[in-house]
Amino acid sequence: MSGITPSSTVGPYFLYGLVPSTYGGTDIIFNSLLTPDVSGERIRIEGRIFDGDGAVIPDAMVETWQADAEGKLNHAAGAKAGANTAFKGFGRAPTNAEGDYSFDTIRPGSVAGPDGKPQAPHIAVNVFARGVLRHLTTRIYFSDEKANAEDAILGLVPADRRDTLIANRHDRDGAIVYRFDIHLQGDNETVFFEA
Amino acid sequence: MSIVYPSASLRAHPRYDFEKYRSTAKRSPKQPLIILPHTLSELTGPAYGHGAIRAGDEDLTRQHAGEPQGERIIVHGHVLDEDARPIPDTLIEIWQCNASGRYIHVVDQHPAPIDPNFTGAGRCVTDADGHYKFVTIKPGAYPWRNHHNAWRPAHIHLSLFGNAFVQRLVTQMYFPNDPLCAFDPIFNAPEDAAVAARQVASFDLDATVPEWALAYRFDIVLRGRNATPMEH
Repeated sequence: MSGITPSSTVGPYFLYGLVPSTYGGTDIIFNSLLTPDVSGERIRIEGRIFDGDGAVIPDAMVETWQADAEGKLNHAAGAKAGANTAFKGFGRAPTNAEGDYSFDTIRPGSVAGPDGKPQAPHIAVNVFARGVLRHLTTRIYFSDEKANAEDAILGLVPADRRDTLIANRHDRDGAIVYRFDIHLQGDNETVFFEA
Repeated sequence: MSIVYPSASLRAHPRYDFEKYRSTAKRSPKQPLIILPHTLSELTGPAYGHGAIRAGDEDLTRQHAGEPQGERIIVHGHVLDEDARPIPDTLIEIWQCNASGRYIHVVDQHPAPIDPNFTGAGRCVTDADGHYKFVTIKPGAYPWRNHHNAWRPAHIHLSLFGNAFVQRLVTQMYFPNDPLCAFDPIFNAPEDAAVAARQVASFDLDATVPEWALAYRFDIVLRGRNATPMEH
């Protein structure tokens, strides 16, 4: 055996397989990463996904992977010992009929970068949808984070496109909400990565 | 900058803008992708609570009061990385239409019967040797509107995680000798026909259970790590 299995689209009908609660089943991956014991600053991520015509995409799914508030990843290779096991770190959210998705999570701490220097806090993101033959990889950074200016990965992105990776903070009724719209194509096309 | 999972293997994947599959036209990025060095965010993998998977989640024929209509099948295989190392303890999720080519999904309007005894979704975790097994029903072909007289070959969707964010894979499994594969843009989206052929399962007489179910073997290969030690 040699060579990896090629990627394919999730198609339009993935919900009952990947988000079965939409069809009365039981989810094992959720859009809330919070547990009663998790520590850190609670935040909400909200956004809408658009196609190249600016139309909303109602059949997309977003997956996220992030460190806990101390920058620990819940994984054997997570570098810092003793990851916060109350925090799974992995989330999944479908878009609804309006193209909206959301996550309730905690603001991640800093994770080491390719040069060993700390990265700005970020959330790793994959986007799946009908018409997307291989999931699209991007990152969420935070608008109120000074460390963005020094981040090695943001530094690889042309300056005029970095805004597409920044979630803008809007405090609402005491909750911290970050807005992160995703444009698969078009004038505001989100920066996607080849990972 | 270290790329721990070699990028050459990504050539197996289809282009985002594949015009024969019409839905890519407005959903594929036009700007070049930015090469992402692999940091701990990419090298670590999803933790979501494996304990939530229940016994029986891998048998799609036993989720309702009665037996589903159609041809009962066993789908099994190994999950390996490209260096032929098994990937144990990784989540696989599957979903598919029923034997007549109809999905439960409300958007599916194909005028074929819904099977009250078949939802078409399952999941399992690979064992210590990277092996997995599902029991299900052979899915039917169904029409879609991509082009004139377009029919999807019988296929099962599979979602895999691996041990790292960069190993994430969603793919589709097809059946041997299906005449529709030759005409299907999604099956043929990989540039290399030999790569596309990796999506076809093989009939497995040895795993077939007499008087009960035919078996198909579908091995799945995720990206492999090279020898570069991880930075800490």
